[in-house]
Amino acid sequence: MDAGRPGDPGNQAEILVAGMKHVIVGAGPAGVVAAETLRKLDPEAEIAMIGDEPEPPYSRMAIPYLLSDHIDEAGTYLRKQPGHFVHHSIEVVADTVASVDTRDKQLWLTGGGAVSYDRLLVATGSVPILPPVSGIDHEKVTNCWTLEDARKISRGCAPGASVVLIGAGFIGCIILEALVSAGVKLTVIEMGNRMVPRMLDETCGALLERWCGEKGVNVMTNAQVEAIEDAGGPVKVRISGGREVNAELVISAAGVRANAKFLEGSGVELSDGAVVVDRHMCSSVPGIYAAGDVACGRDFSTGEYSVQAIQPTAVEHGRVAAHNMANHGSVTHPGSVLMNILDTIGLISSSYGQWQGVEGGDTATLVDEEAFRYIQLQFDGDRLVGANTLGLTQHVGVIRGLVQGRFRLGRWKDRLMKNPLLVMEAYLAVSQG
Amino acid sequence: MLRSLSIDAEKCTGCLQCEMACSYENEGVFNPAKSRIKVFTFHDEGRFVPYTCTQCDEAWCLHACPVEAIVMNKATGAMEVADSVCVGCKVCTIACPFGTVNYNQDTGKVIKCDLCGGDPKCAEACPTDAIVYVDADATGLDKMRAWAAKTDNAASARG
Repeated sequence: MDAGRPGDPGNQAEILVAGMKHVIVGAGPAGVVAAETLRKLDPEAEIAMIGDEPEPPYSRMAIPYLLSDHIDEAGTYLRKQPGHFVHHSIEVVADTVASVDTRDKQLWLTGGGAVSYDRLLVATGSVPILPPVSGIDHEKVTNCWTLEDARKISRGCAPGASVVLIGAGFIGCIILEALVSAGVKLTVIEMGNRMVPRMLDETCGALLERWCGEKGVNVMTNAQVEAIEDAGGPVKVRISGGREVNAELVISAAGVRANAKFLEGSGVELSDGAVVVDRHMCSSVPGIYAAGDVACGRDFSTGEYSVQAIQPTAVEHGRVAAHNMANHGSVTHPGSVLMNILDTIGLISSSYGQWQGVEGGDTATLVDEEAFRYIQLQFDGDRLVGANTLGLTQHVGVIRGLVQGRFRLGRWKDRLMKNPLLVMEAYLAVSQG
Repeated sequence: MLRSLSIDAEKCTGCLQCEMACSYENEGVFNPAKSRIKVFTFHDEGRFVPYTCTQCDEAWCLHACPVEAIVMNKATGAMEVADSVCVGCKVCTIACPFGTVNYNQDTGKVIKCDLCGGDPKCAEACPTDAIVYVDADATGLDKMRAWAAKTDNAASARG
Protein backbone atom coordinates (compact mmCIF):
# COMPACT_ATOMS: atom_id res chain seq x y z
CA MET A 1 0.00 0.00 0.00
CA ASP A 2 2.97 2.29 0.31
CA ALA A 3 3.80 2.16 -3.35
CA GLY A 4 3.34 5.42 -5.08
CA ARG A 5 2.84 7.40 -1.93
CA PRO A 6 4.67 10.66 -2.27
CA GLY A 7 7.42 10.92 0.24
CA ASP A 8 8.51 7.31 0.16
CA PRO A 9 12.14 6.85 0.97
CA GLY A 10 14.20 5.43 -1.82
CA ASN A 11 12.57 7.47 -4.58
CA GLN A 12 15.96 8.71 -5.60
CA ALA A 13 14.96 8.73 -9.23
CA GLU A 14 12.75 11.66 -8.28
CA ILE A 15 15.78 13.80 -7.65
CA LEU A 16 16.24 16.07 -10.61
CA VAL A 17 19.52 17.60 -9.54
CA ALA A 18 21.68 15.35 -7.38
CA GLY A 19 24.62 16.65 -5.42
CA MET A 20 23.15 20.01 -4.41
CA LYS A 21 24.45 21.88 -1.40
CA HIS A 22 21.85 21.93 1.36
CA VAL A 23 22.41 24.19 4.34
CA ILE A 24 20.26 23.80 7.42
CA VAL A 25 20.24 26.48 10.07
CA GLY A 26 19.26 24.97 13.41
CA ALA A 27 20.15 21.64 14.99
CA GLY A 28 16.91 20.75 16.73
CA PRO A 29 14.50 17.97 15.72
CA ALA A 30 13.32 19.71 12.52
CA GLY A 31 16.86 20.35 11.34
CA VAL A 32 18.17 16.90 12.22
CA VAL A 33 15.26 15.06 10.59
CA ALA A 34 15.59 17.23 7.48
CA ALA A 35 19.33 16.52 7.24
CA GLU A 36 18.80 12.77 7.61
CA THR A 37 15.95 12.75 5.09
CA LEU A 38 18.04 14.68 2.58
CA ARG A 39 20.85 12.18 3.01
CA LYS A 40 18.46 9.28 2.27
CA LEU A 41 17.07 11.03 -0.79
CA ASP A 42 20.38 12.11 -2.26
CA PRO A 43 23.58 10.30 -1.26
CA GLU A 44 25.55 12.81 -3.37
CA ALA A 45 24.24 15.93 -1.64
CA GLU A 46 26.45 18.18 0.41
CA ILE A 47 24.70 18.76 3.74
CA ALA A 48 25.69 21.21 6.46
CA MET A 49 23.78 21.90 9.66
CA ILE A 50 24.60 25.06 11.61
CA GLY A 51 23.77 25.10 15.34
CA ASP A 52 24.58 27.85 17.81
CA GLU A 53 25.03 25.76 20.95
CA PRO A 54 28.23 23.90 21.87
CA GLU A 55 26.59 20.52 22.66
CA PRO A 56 25.72 17.85 20.09
CA PRO A 57 22.15 18.26 18.74
CA TYR A 58 19.82 17.71 21.70
CA SER A 59 16.15 17.81 22.60
CA ARG A 60 14.87 20.70 24.68
CA MET A 61 11.92 18.48 25.50
CA ALA A 62 14.22 16.26 27.53
CA ILE A 63 15.44 19.08 29.78
CA PRO A 64 12.73 18.59 32.45
CA TYR A 65 13.93 14.99 32.86
CA LEU A 66 17.52 16.16 33.13
CA LEU A 67 16.47 18.60 35.86
CA SER A 68 14.78 15.77 37.75
CA ASP A 69 17.91 13.58 37.38
CA HIS A 70 16.13 10.91 35.33
CA ILE A 71 18.78 11.25 32.65
CA ASP A 72 22.20 12.80 32.20
CA GLU A 73 23.02 15.36 29.53
CA ALA A 74 23.80 12.68 26.96
CA GLY A 75 20.26 11.41 27.53
CA THR A 76 18.95 14.60 25.90
CA TYR A 77 20.88 14.06 22.66
CA LEU A 78 18.69 13.60 19.61
CA ARG A 79 20.93 10.87 18.22
CA LYS A 80 22.63 8.46 20.54
CA GLN A 81 25.15 6.80 18.23
CA PRO A 82 28.57 8.48 18.56
CA GLY A 83 29.66 9.81 15.18
CA HIS A 84 26.11 9.62 13.81
CA PHE A 85 26.36 12.85 11.81
CA VAL A 86 29.86 12.15 10.53
CA HIS A 87 28.72 8.68 9.48
CA HIS A 88 25.92 10.23 7.42
CA SER A 89 28.25 12.90 6.02
CA ILE A 90 26.30 15.68 7.67
CA GLU A 91 28.66 18.47 8.60
CA VAL A 92 27.70 20.03 11.94
CA VAL A 93 28.92 23.62 12.21
CA ALA A 94 28.92 25.49 15.53
CA ASP A 95 28.16 29.09 14.69
CA THR A 96 25.35 31.63 14.43
CA VAL A 97 23.94 33.03 11.23
CA ALA A 98 24.11 36.82 11.13
CA SER A 99 22.32 37.40 7.84
CA VAL A 100 21.27 35.84 4.57
CA ASP A 101 22.01 37.17 1.11
CA THR A 102 19.20 35.62 -0.87
CA ARG A 103 20.44 36.93 -4.23
CA ASP A 104 23.88 35.38 -4.05
CA LYS A 105 22.58 32.43 -1.99
CA GLN A 106 25.00 32.97 0.80
CA LEU A 107 24.91 33.07 4.63
CA TRP A 108 27.08 35.31 6.75
CA LEU A 109 28.15 33.78 10.05
CA THR A 110 28.79 35.81 13.20
CA GLY A 111 32.08 33.94 13.41
CA GLY A 112 33.08 35.86 10.28
CA GLY A 113 32.80 33.24 7.55
CA ALA A 114 30.36 32.87 4.69
CA VAL A 115 28.55 29.72 3.55
CA SER A 116 26.96 29.34 0.14
CA TYR A 117 23.91 27.17 -0.48
CA ASP A 118 21.70 25.82 -3.24
CA ARG A 119 18.83 25.11 -0.84
CA LEU A 120 18.47 26.64 2.61
CA LEU A 121 16.36 25.37 5.48
CA VAL A 122 15.55 27.71 8.35
CA ALA A 123 14.96 25.50 11.37
CA THR A 124 16.09 27.88 14.08
CA GLY A 125 13.20 27.19 16.45
CA SER A 126 12.25 29.82 18.93
CA VAL A 127 13.88 31.84 21.66
CA PRO A 128 12.48 32.70 25.08
CA ILE A 129 10.87 36.06 25.71
CA LEU A 130 11.76 37.81 28.95
CA PRO A 131 8.95 39.82 30.51
CA PRO A 132 9.71 43.54 30.20
CA VAL A 133 10.19 44.36 33.88
CA SER A 134 13.04 46.08 35.66
CA GLY A 135 15.65 43.74 37.08
CA ILE A 136 14.85 40.92 34.62
CA ASP A 137 18.53 40.99 33.60
CA HIS A 138 19.63 40.19 37.17
CA GLU A 139 22.06 37.29 37.42
CA LYS A 140 19.62 35.36 39.62
CA VAL A 141 17.10 35.30 36.76
CA THR A 142 17.35 32.53 34.18
CA ASN A 143 15.36 31.14 31.30
CA CYS A 144 14.58 27.46 31.06
CA TRP A 145 15.50 26.83 27.47
CA THR A 146 19.03 25.52 26.91
CA LEU A 147 21.26 22.93 28.56
CA GLU A 148 23.24 25.86 29.96
CA ASP A 149 20.02 27.20 31.56
CA ALA A 150 19.35 23.73 33.00
CA ARG A 151 22.76 23.67 34.66
CA LYS A 152 22.09 27.07 36.21
CA ILE A 153 18.68 25.96 37.51
CA SER A 154 20.15 22.79 39.00
CA ARG A 155 22.78 24.82 40.85
CA GLY A 156 20.14 27.23 42.19
CA CYS A 157 17.69 24.61 43.43
CA ALA A 158 19.16 23.73 46.83
CA PRO A 159 16.63 22.18 49.24
CA GLY A 160 14.70 24.90 51.02
CA ALA A 161 15.71 27.63 48.56
CA SER A 162 12.97 30.05 47.57
CA VAL A 163 12.34 29.89 43.81
CA VAL A 164 9.97 32.03 41.76
CA LEU A 165 8.76 30.68 38.44
CA ILE A 166 7.36 33.26 36.05
CA GLY A 167 4.78 31.64 33.79
CA ALA A 168 2.56 28.58 34.27
CA GLY A 169 2.55 27.68 30.61
CA PHE A 170 3.74 24.40 29.16
CA ILE A 171 7.40 24.79 30.07
CA GLY A 172 6.68 26.19 33.52
CA CYS A 173 4.39 23.29 34.36
CA ILE A 174 6.58 20.54 33.00
CA ILE A 175 9.54 21.56 35.18
CA LEU A 176 7.43 21.80 38.36
CA GLU A 177 8.05 18.17 39.24
CA ALA A 178 11.82 18.63 39.17
CA LEU A 179 11.56 21.79 41.27
CA VAL A 180 9.22 20.21 43.83
CA SER A 181 11.36 17.10 44.16
CA ALA A 182 14.44 19.28 44.65
CA GLY A 183 12.68 20.51 47.78
CA VAL A 184 12.55 24.20 46.91
CA LYS A 185 9.94 26.62 48.19
CA LEU A 186 8.11 27.43 45.02
CA THR A 187 5.98 30.36 43.89
CA VAL A 188 4.46 30.36 40.40
CA ILE A 189 3.24 33.60 38.86
CA GLU A 190 0.88 33.34 35.90
CA MET A 191 -0.54 36.28 33.98
CA GLY A 192 -3.56 34.36 32.67
CA ASN A 193 -6.64 33.42 34.66
CA ARG A 194 -5.59 29.77 34.85
CA MET A 195 -2.65 27.45 34.37
CA VAL A 196 -1.62 26.61 30.79
CA PRO A 197 -4.32 28.81 29.24
CA ARG A 198 -3.08 28.06 25.72
CA MET A 199 -3.60 24.33 26.13
CA LEU A 200 -6.24 23.71 28.82
CA ASP A 201 -9.78 24.97 29.24
CA GLU A 202 -10.99 26.66 32.43
CA THR A 203 -12.11 23.50 34.21
CA CYS A 204 -8.88 21.71 33.41
CA GLY A 205 -6.66 24.66 34.29
CA ALA A 206 -8.47 25.20 37.60
CA LEU A 207 -8.14 21.51 38.56
CA LEU A 208 -4.45 21.66 37.76
CA GLU A 209 -4.06 24.72 39.97
CA ARG A 210 -5.73 22.96 42.88
CA TRP A 211 -3.49 19.93 42.30
CA CYS A 212 -0.37 22.11 42.46
CA GLY A 213 -1.63 23.78 45.61
CA GLU A 214 -2.05 20.38 47.26
CA LYS A 215 1.54 19.58 46.29
CA GLY A 216 2.70 22.64 48.20
CA VAL A 217 3.22 24.96 45.25
CA ASN A 218 2.01 28.52 45.67
CA VAL A 219 0.33 29.36 42.36
CA MET A 220 -0.81 32.93 41.69
CA THR A 221 -2.98 33.37 38.61
CA ASN A 222 -4.07 36.77 37.22
CA ALA A 223 -0.75 37.94 38.60
CA GLN A 224 2.19 39.78 37.09
CA VAL A 225 5.75 40.37 38.11
CA GLU A 226 6.27 44.11 38.36
CA ALA A 227 9.94 44.31 39.30
CA ILE A 228 12.89 42.26 40.43
CA GLU A 229 15.07 44.11 42.91
CA ASP A 230 18.56 43.38 44.09
CA ALA A 231 18.45 42.92 47.85
CA GLY A 232 22.02 41.84 48.48
CA GLY A 233 21.40 38.08 48.86
CA PRO A 234 18.13 36.88 47.41
CA VAL A 235 16.26 39.15 45.00
CA LYS A 236 12.93 40.73 45.92
CA VAL A 237 10.24 39.87 43.38
CA ARG A 238 7.42 42.43 43.36
CA ILE A 239 4.10 41.02 42.21
CA SER A 240 0.88 42.82 41.23
CA GLY A 241 -1.51 43.46 44.12
CA GLY A 242 1.27 44.65 46.38
CA ARG A 243 2.68 41.18 47.02
CA GLU A 244 6.38 40.33 47.18
CA VAL A 245 8.49 37.19 47.47
CA ASN A 246 12.21 36.87 48.12
CA ALA A 247 13.89 34.43 45.79
CA GLU A 248 17.29 32.82 45.48
CA LEU A 249 16.43 31.93 41.90
CA VAL A 250 13.91 33.31 39.41
CA ILE A 251 13.06 31.11 36.44
CA SER A 252 11.44 32.88 33.54
CA ALA A 253 9.19 30.70 31.39
CA ALA A 254 7.05 33.51 30.06
CA GLY A 255 6.78 32.39 26.46
CA VAL A 256 8.84 32.19 23.30
CA ARG A 257 9.02 33.84 19.89
CA ALA A 258 10.20 32.56 16.54
CA ASN A 259 13.95 32.83 16.12
CA ALA A 260 14.17 34.49 12.72
CA LYS A 261 15.52 37.97 13.37
CA PHE A 262 18.50 37.21 11.13
CA LEU A 263 16.08 37.06 8.19
CA GLU A 264 14.80 40.60 8.64
CA GLY A 265 15.56 42.57 5.50
CA SER A 266 16.41 39.41 3.54
CA GLY A 267 13.20 39.45 1.55
CA VAL A 268 11.88 36.30 3.28
CA GLU A 269 8.33 37.07 4.40
CA LEU A 270 7.74 36.87 8.14
CA SER A 271 4.49 36.88 10.09
CA ASP A 272 4.77 37.75 13.79
CA GLY A 273 8.44 37.01 13.36
CA ALA A 274 7.91 33.47 11.98
CA VAL A 275 8.67 32.36 8.44
CA VAL A 276 5.60 32.17 6.24
CA VAL A 277 5.67 28.90 4.27
CA ASP A 278 3.48 27.25 1.67
CA ARG A 279 2.45 23.60 1.59
CA HIS A 280 5.91 22.64 0.36
CA MET A 281 7.40 24.37 3.42
CA CYS A 282 8.89 26.90 1.02
CA SER A 283 9.18 30.53 2.07
CA SER A 284 8.39 33.53 -0.11
CA VAL A 285 11.91 33.20 -1.55
CA PRO A 286 12.39 30.17 -3.83
CA GLY A 287 15.08 27.82 -2.52
CA ILE A 288 14.57 28.88 1.10
CA TYR A 289 12.43 26.60 3.27
CA ALA A 290 11.43 26.63 6.93
CA ALA A 291 10.44 23.94 9.41
CA GLY A 292 9.54 23.54 13.07
CA ASP A 293 8.89 26.25 15.64
CA VAL A 294 10.19 29.01 13.38
CA ALA A 295 7.72 28.14 10.61
CA CYS A 296 4.19 29.42 10.28
CA GLY A 297 2.86 26.17 8.84
CA ARG A 298 -0.50 24.70 7.93
CA ASP A 299 -2.77 23.50 10.72
CA PHE A 300 -4.63 20.29 9.88
CA SER A 301 -7.84 21.28 11.64
CA THR A 302 -8.28 24.86 10.51
CA GLY A 303 -6.34 24.89 7.24
CA GLU A 304 -4.83 28.13 8.48
CA TYR A 305 -1.18 28.91 9.06
CA SER A 306 0.24 29.21 12.55
CA VAL A 307 3.21 28.32 14.72
CA GLN A 308 2.38 25.13 16.63
CA ALA A 309 5.73 24.76 18.37
CA ILE A 310 5.40 21.02 19.09
CA GLN A 311 7.77 18.13 18.50
CA PRO A 312 5.63 16.00 16.13
CA THR A 313 4.97 19.01 13.92
CA ALA A 314 8.65 19.93 13.82
CA VAL A 315 9.48 16.42 12.64
CA GLU A 316 6.74 16.45 9.98
CA HIS A 317 7.90 19.83 8.75
CA GLY A 318 11.50 18.64 8.60
CA ARG A 319 10.58 15.69 6.41
CA VAL A 320 8.33 17.61 4.05
CA ALA A 321 10.87 20.40 3.70
CA ALA A 322 13.68 17.95 2.94
CA HIS A 323 11.69 16.24 0.19
CA ASN A 324 10.97 19.57 -1.44
CA MET A 325 14.54 20.78 -1.05
CA ALA A 326 15.69 17.68 -2.90
CA ASN A 327 12.90 17.93 -5.48
CA HIS A 328 10.58 20.88 -5.25
CA GLY A 329 6.92 20.01 -5.43
CA SER A 330 7.43 16.32 -4.61
CA VAL A 331 5.60 16.31 -1.26
CA THR A 332 2.72 18.44 -0.05
CA HIS A 333 2.19 19.09 3.64
CA PRO A 334 -1.35 18.07 4.61
CA GLY A 335 -1.24 20.14 7.79
CA SER A 336 -0.25 19.07 11.27
CA VAL A 337 -2.61 18.23 14.10
CA LEU A 338 -2.04 20.45 17.10
CA MET A 339 -1.56 18.28 20.17
CA ASN A 340 0.14 18.46 23.52
CA ILE A 341 0.70 16.28 26.54
CA LEU A 342 1.90 17.66 29.83
CA ASP A 343 2.91 16.07 33.12
CA THR A 344 2.55 18.48 36.04
CA ILE A 345 3.89 16.87 39.22
CA GLY A 346 2.39 13.57 38.12
CA LEU A 347 -0.95 14.87 36.83
CA ILE A 348 -1.17 14.34 33.10
CA SER A 349 -3.12 16.60 30.78
CA SER A 350 -3.48 16.56 27.03
CA SER A 351 -5.04 18.67 24.32
CA TYR A 352 -5.91 17.96 20.71
CA GLY A 353 -6.96 19.96 17.68
CA GLN A 354 -9.75 22.44 18.21
CA TRP A 355 -10.06 21.83 21.95
CA GLN A 356 -11.69 25.24 22.36
CA GLY A 357 -14.61 24.04 20.26
CA VAL A 358 -16.04 25.25 16.97
CA GLU A 359 -19.01 27.44 16.21
CA GLY A 360 -22.23 25.45 16.10
CA GLY A 361 -20.44 22.38 17.45
CA ASP A 362 -21.24 20.22 20.47
CA THR A 363 -19.25 19.58 23.62
CA ALA A 364 -19.23 16.47 25.80
CA THR A 365 -17.67 16.67 29.25
CA LEU A 366 -17.14 14.38 32.19
CA VAL A 367 -15.43 15.51 35.36
CA ASP A 368 -14.47 13.89 38.65
CA GLU A 369 -13.01 16.78 40.60
CA GLU A 370 -12.02 14.72 43.63
CA ALA A 371 -9.99 12.33 41.50
CA PHE A 372 -8.58 15.09 39.25
CA ARG A 373 -10.01 13.41 36.18
CA TYR A 374 -11.56 15.26 33.30
CA ILE A 375 -12.36 14.77 29.64
CA GLN A 376 -13.89 17.19 27.23
CA LEU A 377 -14.62 16.36 23.59
CA GLN A 378 -15.46 18.83 20.84
CA PHE A 379 -17.57 17.84 17.86
CA ASP A 380 -18.33 19.46 14.54
CA GLY A 381 -21.47 17.65 13.42
CA ASP A 382 -20.67 13.98 14.06
CA ARG A 383 -16.92 14.38 13.74
CA LEU A 384 -14.51 14.76 16.65
CA VAL A 385 -12.40 17.89 16.18
CA GLY A 386 -10.69 18.42 19.52
CA ALA A 387 -10.31 17.38 23.14
CA ASN A 388 -8.87 18.18 26.54
CA THR A 389 -8.10 15.48 29.09
CA LEU A 390 -6.78 15.39 32.62
CA GLY A 391 -5.65 12.30 34.52
CA LEU A 392 -5.91 9.99 31.51
CA THR A 393 -2.91 8.01 30.27
CA GLN A 394 -4.42 5.04 28.46
CA HIS A 395 -5.23 5.06 24.73
CA VAL A 396 -5.20 8.87 24.54
CA GLY A 397 -3.59 8.73 21.08
CA VAL A 398 -6.79 7.44 19.60
CA ILE A 399 -8.20 10.95 19.94
CA ARG A 400 -5.66 11.95 17.31
CA GLY A 401 -6.81 9.03 15.20
CA LEU A 402 -10.41 10.18 15.37
CA VAL A 403 -9.57 13.83 14.70
CA GLN A 404 -7.13 13.18 11.87
CA GLY A 405 -9.17 10.42 10.30
CA ARG A 406 -12.18 12.77 10.22
CA PHE A 407 -14.28 9.70 10.91
CA ARG A 408 -18.03 10.19 10.91
CA LEU A 409 -19.15 8.90 14.28
CA GLY A 410 -22.81 8.26 13.46
CA ARG A 411 -24.57 6.81 16.47
CA TRP A 412 -21.29 6.78 18.39
CA LYS A 413 -21.56 10.54 18.71
CA ASP A 414 -24.55 10.19 21.03
CA ARG A 415 -22.73 7.52 22.99
CA LEU A 416 -19.74 9.82 23.38
CA MET A 417 -21.97 12.72 24.38
CA LYS A 418 -23.22 10.49 27.21
CA ASN A 419 -19.83 8.98 28.06
CA PRO A 420 -16.83 10.68 26.49
CA LEU A 421 -14.51 8.04 27.93
CA LEU A 422 -15.64 5.62 25.19
CA VAL A 423 -13.27 7.17 22.61
CA MET A 424 -11.38 3.92 22.06
CA GLU A 425 -14.57 1.92 21.55
CA ALA A 426 -15.88 4.60 19.20
CA TYR A 427 -12.68 4.47 17.19
CA LEU A 428 -12.75 0.70 16.87
CA ALA A 429 -16.39 0.78 15.82
CA VAL A 430 -16.07 3.50 13.18
CA SER A 431 -12.65 2.58 11.80
CA GLN A 432 -12.92 -1.19 11.63
CA GLY A 433 -16.64 -1.70 11.44
CA MET B 1 9.70 -13.67 6.72
CA LEU B 2 8.18 -11.19 9.15
CA ARG B 3 5.31 -12.44 11.20
CA SER B 4 2.51 -10.43 12.71
CA LEU B 5 -0.41 -10.73 15.08
CA SER B 6 -3.61 -11.53 13.30
CA ILE B 7 -6.72 -10.73 15.29
CA ASP B 8 -10.15 -12.13 14.48
CA ALA B 9 -12.60 -10.42 16.82
CA GLU B 10 -15.37 -12.82 15.76
CA LYS B 11 -13.55 -15.62 17.59
CA CYS B 12 -12.95 -13.68 20.82
CA THR B 13 -14.96 -14.77 23.86
CA GLY B 14 -13.67 -12.01 26.12
CA CYS B 15 -11.82 -14.42 28.45
CA LEU B 16 -8.92 -11.95 28.89
CA GLN B 17 -6.28 -14.71 28.89
CA CYS B 18 -4.31 -12.58 26.43
CA GLU B 19 -4.25 -9.62 28.81
CA MET B 20 -3.13 -11.84 31.68
CA ALA B 21 -0.39 -13.46 29.63
CA CYS B 22 0.85 -10.11 28.33
CA SER B 23 0.92 -8.54 31.75
CA TYR B 24 2.71 -11.52 33.27
CA GLU B 25 5.28 -11.74 30.51
CA ASN B 26 6.08 -8.04 30.45
CA GLU B 27 5.36 -6.80 33.96
CA GLY B 28 5.67 -9.96 36.05
CA VAL B 29 2.14 -9.63 37.44
CA PHE B 30 -1.29 -10.90 36.45
CA ASN B 31 -2.86 -7.51 36.01
CA PRO B 32 -4.93 -6.80 32.90
CA ALA B 33 -4.51 -3.07 33.53
CA LYS B 34 -0.83 -3.50 32.65
CA SER B 35 -1.42 -5.45 29.49
CA ARG B 36 -0.27 -4.13 26.14
CA ILE B 37 -3.11 -5.91 24.40
CA LYS B 38 -6.56 -4.84 25.44
CA VAL B 39 -9.93 -6.48 24.88
CA PHE B 40 -12.67 -3.93 24.32
CA THR B 41 -16.21 -4.94 25.17
CA PHE B 42 -19.19 -3.83 23.14
CA HIS B 43 -22.10 -4.74 25.41
CA ASP B 44 -24.81 -3.62 23.05
CA GLU B 45 -23.48 -5.72 20.19
CA GLY B 46 -22.24 -8.58 22.38
CA ARG B 47 -18.78 -8.28 20.83
CA PHE B 48 -15.25 -8.43 22.16
CA VAL B 49 -12.42 -6.81 20.22
CA PRO B 50 -8.81 -7.56 21.15
CA TYR B 51 -6.63 -4.68 20.11
CA THR B 52 -2.93 -3.86 20.15
CA CYS B 53 -0.19 -2.21 18.11
CA THR B 54 -0.01 -3.26 14.44
CA GLN B 55 3.69 -2.28 14.23
CA CYS B 56 2.55 0.05 11.46
CA ASP B 57 4.85 1.24 8.69
CA GLU B 58 4.21 4.85 9.58
CA ALA B 59 5.68 4.26 13.05
CA TRP B 60 4.26 7.50 14.39
CA CYS B 61 5.63 6.69 17.84
CA LEU B 62 9.16 6.17 16.57
CA HIS B 63 9.19 9.39 14.57
CA ALA B 64 7.66 11.45 17.38
CA CYS B 65 10.20 10.34 19.99
CA PRO B 66 12.58 13.21 20.73
CA VAL B 67 15.36 11.02 22.14
CA GLU B 68 15.46 7.99 19.82
CA ALA B 69 14.03 5.67 22.48
CA ILE B 70 11.80 3.77 20.04
CA VAL B 71 13.59 1.66 17.47
CA MET B 72 12.58 -1.07 15.08
CA ASN B 73 13.68 -4.59 15.85
CA LYS B 74 14.78 -5.72 12.40
CA ALA B 75 14.25 -9.39 13.24
CA THR B 76 10.61 -9.04 14.29
CA GLY B 77 9.57 -5.77 12.69
CA ALA B 78 8.34 -4.55 16.07
CA MET B 79 8.82 -0.98 17.28
CA GLU B 80 10.45 -1.41 20.67
CA VAL B 81 10.80 1.06 23.54
CA ALA B 82 14.28 1.18 25.04
CA ASP B 83 13.51 1.76 28.73
CA SER B 84 17.00 3.04 29.43
CA VAL B 85 16.55 5.81 26.86
CA CYS B 86 12.85 6.70 27.28
CA VAL B 87 12.51 9.87 29.38
CA GLY B 88 8.76 9.46 29.83
CA CYS B 89 7.73 12.57 27.88
CA LYS B 90 4.66 10.74 26.48
CA VAL B 91 4.71 12.45 23.09
CA CYS B 92 4.49 9.02 21.45
CA THR B 93 1.29 8.32 23.39
CA ILE B 94 -0.47 11.25 21.73
CA ALA B 95 1.25 10.78 18.37
CA CYS B 96 0.08 7.17 17.91
CA PRO B 97 -3.32 7.55 16.24
CA PHE B 98 -4.27 4.01 17.29
CA GLY B 99 -3.90 4.69 20.99
CA THR B 100 -1.62 1.69 21.47
CA VAL B 101 1.30 3.37 23.24
CA ASN B 102 0.51 4.00 26.90
CA TYR B 103 2.25 5.68 29.77
CA ASN B 104 3.06 3.60 32.84
CA GLN B 105 3.02 5.94 35.80
CA ASP B 106 4.73 3.37 38.05
CA THR B 107 7.87 3.27 35.94
CA GLY B 108 7.72 6.70 34.31
CA LYS B 109 8.18 5.05 30.89
CA VAL B 110 5.88 4.26 28.02
CA ILE B 111 4.87 0.72 27.12
CA LYS B 112 3.73 -0.84 23.87
CA CYS B 113 3.52 -4.24 22.25
CA ASP B 114 6.94 -5.56 21.20
CA LEU B 115 5.68 -8.95 19.99
CA CYS B 116 7.46 -10.43 23.04
CA GLY B 117 10.63 -10.48 20.95
CA GLY B 118 9.04 -12.79 18.39
CA ASP B 119 7.09 -15.13 20.67
CA PRO B 120 3.90 -13.24 21.56
CA LYS B 121 2.36 -14.64 24.71
CA CYS B 122 -1.12 -13.31 23.92
CA ALA B 123 -1.34 -15.56 20.86
CA GLU B 124 0.00 -18.50 22.86
CA ALA B 125 -2.59 -17.93 25.58
CA CYS B 126 -5.60 -17.42 23.33
CA PRO B 127 -7.78 -20.55 23.56
CA THR B 128 -9.91 -19.78 20.50
CA ASP B 129 -7.32 -18.64 17.95
CA ALA B 130 -8.78 -15.17 17.94
CA ILE B 131 -5.15 -14.04 18.18
CA VAL B 132 -2.58 -15.89 16.09
CA TYR B 133 0.98 -15.09 15.12
CA VAL B 134 1.47 -15.90 11.46
CA ASP B 135 3.32 -14.84 8.32
CA ALA B 136 2.60 -11.19 7.74
CA ASP B 137 1.44 -11.77 4.18
CA ALA B 138 -1.17 -14.29 5.23
CA THR B 139 -2.81 -12.09 7.83
CA GLY B 140 -5.27 -9.31 7.70
CA LEU B 141 -2.27 -7.05 8.06
CA ASP B 142 -2.90 -5.39 4.73
CA LYS B 143 -6.44 -4.67 5.78
CA MET B 144 -5.29 -3.32 9.10
CA ARG B 145 -2.76 -1.15 7.38
CA ALA B 146 -5.26 0.05 4.83
CA TRP B 147 -7.41 1.06 7.72
CA ALA B 148 -4.38 2.64 9.30
CA ALA B 149 -3.91 4.63 6.13
CA LYS B 150 -7.37 6.14 6.50
CA THR B 151 -6.00 7.84 9.55
CA ASP B 152 -2.84 8.63 7.73
CA ASN B 153 -3.51 12.08 6.38
CA ALA B 154 0.03 13.10 7.18
CA ALA B 155 1.42 10.13 5.28
CA SER B 156 3.12 12.27 2.75
CA ALA B 157 5.10 13.77 5.58
CA ARG B 158 6.71 10.40 6.21
CA GLY B 159 9.99 9.63 4.57
